[in-house]
Amino acid sequence: MAETTQPIVESTAAVSPWPRLGLRPLALVVMFGVVAGAFLLSLSFGSVRIPLEQVLTILLGGEAERATWRTIIVDFRLPKALTATLAGAALGVSGLQMQTLFRNPLADPFVLGVSSGASLGVALVVLSVGAANNTLLAVAGLLGNLSLVVAASLGAGAVLILVLTLARRVQSSVTLLILGLMIGYLTSAVVSLLLYFSIAERIHAYVAWSFGSFGGVTWTQMRVLAPTILAGLLLALVLTKALNALLLGEAYARSMGLDIRRARVGIVASGAVLAGAVTAFCGPIAFLGIAIPHLCRALLRSADHRVLIPACALVGAAAALLADLAAQAPGTNVVLPLNAITALIGAPTVVWIILRRGVGRGTFGV
Amino acid sequence: MSATVLATGNLSIGYAPRRGPRRVIAADLNLALHAGEVVCLLGPNGVGKSTLLRTLVGMQPPLAGRVFLDGVDLATLSAREVARRLSVVLTERIEVGQLTAYALVALGRHPHTDWTGRLTPRDEEVVRWALEAVDAVNLASRPVHELSDGERQRVMVARALAQEPLVMILDEPTAFLDLPRRVEMMRLLRRLARETNRALLLSTHDLDLALRSADAIWLMAPGGVMHTGAPEDLVLGGAFETAFAGEGITFDRHQGQFHIHPPARHRVALVGDGLVGAWTSRALERAGCLVVSSDEPASLRVVVDGDTRHPCWEVHIDGATPQRVGSLREVAMLVQQSQVHR
Repeated sequence: MAETTQPIVESTAAVSPWPRLGLRPLALVVMFGVVAGAFLLSLSFGSVRIPLEQVLTILLGGEAERATWRTIIVDFRLPKALTATLAGAALGVSGLQMQTLFRNPLADPFVLGVSSGASLGVALVVLSVGAANNTLLAVAGLLGNLSLVVAASLGAGAVLILVLTLARRVQSSVTLLILGLMIGYLTSAVVSLLLYFSIAERIHAYVAWSFGSFGGVTWTQMRVLAPTILAGLLLALVLTKALNALLLGEAYARSMGLDIRRARVGIVASGAVLAGAVTAFCGPIAFLGIAIPHLCRALLRSADHRVLIPACALVGAAAALLADLAAQAPGTNVVLPLNAITALIGAPTVVWIILRRGVGRGTFGV
Repeated sequence: MSATVLATGNLSIGYAPRRGPRRVIAADLNLALHAGEVVCLLGPNGVGKSTLLRTLVGMQPPLAGRVFLDGVDLATLSAREVARRLSVVLTERIEVGQLTAYALVALGRHPHTDWTGRLTPRDEEVVRWALEAVDAVNLASRPVHELSDGERQRVMVARALAQEPLVMILDEPTAFLDLPRRVEMMRLLRRLARETNRALLLSTHDLDLALRSADAIWLMAPGGVMHTGAPEDLVLGGAFETAFAGEGITFDRHQGQFHIHPPARHRVALVGDGLVGAWTSRALERAGCLVVSSDEPASLRVVVDGDTRHPCWEVHIDGATPQRVGSLREVAMLVQQSQVHR
């Protein structure tokens, strides 16, 4: 049998010298599998270990061995895992969009200053609300509550509108990149000033927010977070063709019939909404946005956005779930800062993969 | 004559800044590009070739007049409609990691695909045809960043071809290539124009190659003067001398090429002919001499001796004892030394 099949395989390979475009179904299935696995693991692990079959029973609506397990899963771990999934996908995709739009491998979802805007909103609430003594208590009580989310959303939204207005006016995306960076510097400067004149307790509250966490999102907030991110992802999917045209730079994209300004506004809107929503609800989660696109390019050996957009969403979701799992430090009661974990584990992994596959070269000239 | 696919009507090109006066680079241009022909746009640096190309492809609005693409005013066409009729190859080096040559050429189908960018079997057919047309089938699955300059340029031409345009405009397609690659590229472009009945307009600094292979030449001279015609017409009409008039460069109408040596400082009488005589003359010109025939009076006199295989030269300087040397390098050095002594 082996003798007869071998030549057939060879001849089909010889007949078609053309590479296949598009995402291979196998890769898609594997990525879905990893996300599902990470999702189940993150439901199972935590300060209380819940067996996987019990997790499945609860998810399918059955009765758990212990009633508290059901509460833990449904009220705490499920919204957290969903948040991690959505946030990871959002950061991965918006990172990819920014890297392509600015043709810069160092771009991430926060180049537009959106996260700085959110930070400013939070800093204003936490650090400077009133001078009265009782507000300190109020602020402490509000932590993780809706007012921070509102403040961060307002900050991110204000910067988003500013950047969109600029995106419609400026000629080149590089100008936009510089403007975004300057907005970032400005807002960080204001935050520094606020920190400087603030008292220790409030600074602590701000710093705690800036560590990032998927845990603060309630089911009520999920009703805002999930549709926002899904809408951003949908917009990103619609813009896939435009992103592909932009691979060769704006001059070529225009020569192929792309309306650059409209595409840019769409990409900036989608990227900023994704990054802004995540920052508002989870804090400024660094690293995933810059790393996931590189990881996907290396793993799938492709620059085609019809491959990379779904891949970044899935790999981003899996990475966020696994990072959150690691931050729980399973078996202990300690919860580590999420931002530290993403970079501590993620950075060496990405470096290893990129060096091993030898793909650092050639991505936008780097 | 075959169909006109790109034409300009009283076109003025240049810049109109918001503040300050507008700068007209060339005015009242009436140009025409026909299907199946290769036109080379020539001209000294800074004369406005890029501005003309940018205006023709619609990346820059004209100051006055109109550009007609396939008989329709370019300004009334949408970007997508233009892209289906006109494609470009730009000078800028594209840098894309993880993109195969095949995927890059497939990007050229952009104006033909639906909003998802999905390639139909017909699209893939065109992509394959384009790669075959530029002899790049073997490059299809190679990543673009691993290709050599020549290979990459062929793939970029295939991408432009995959757009299925009527007109392809190429900005210095031979710029980064060595001589064999440049000849190969020009031959390829000529063949594409003929076989696919497309009009090709390319700007180049490669005068010799343009004179030999273009069907027509658009020669932009300083001051916005445009000479058009077959290469030979422009040579006979003297357009090249005026366009490139300047120090240290003269156009030799008989040989159809430029001479790049500095103005001759003094005269040398050359005695000798044949192959050795011709190259001796070249060496003397390079050394800054005006070569005159042997019967004219000159303070310097070079006599070719020996046969073609083993030539030698006698150099007479101001009637002093002739010096006998075995290479043209020594002849040139002697001539140059004699100039220093004066």
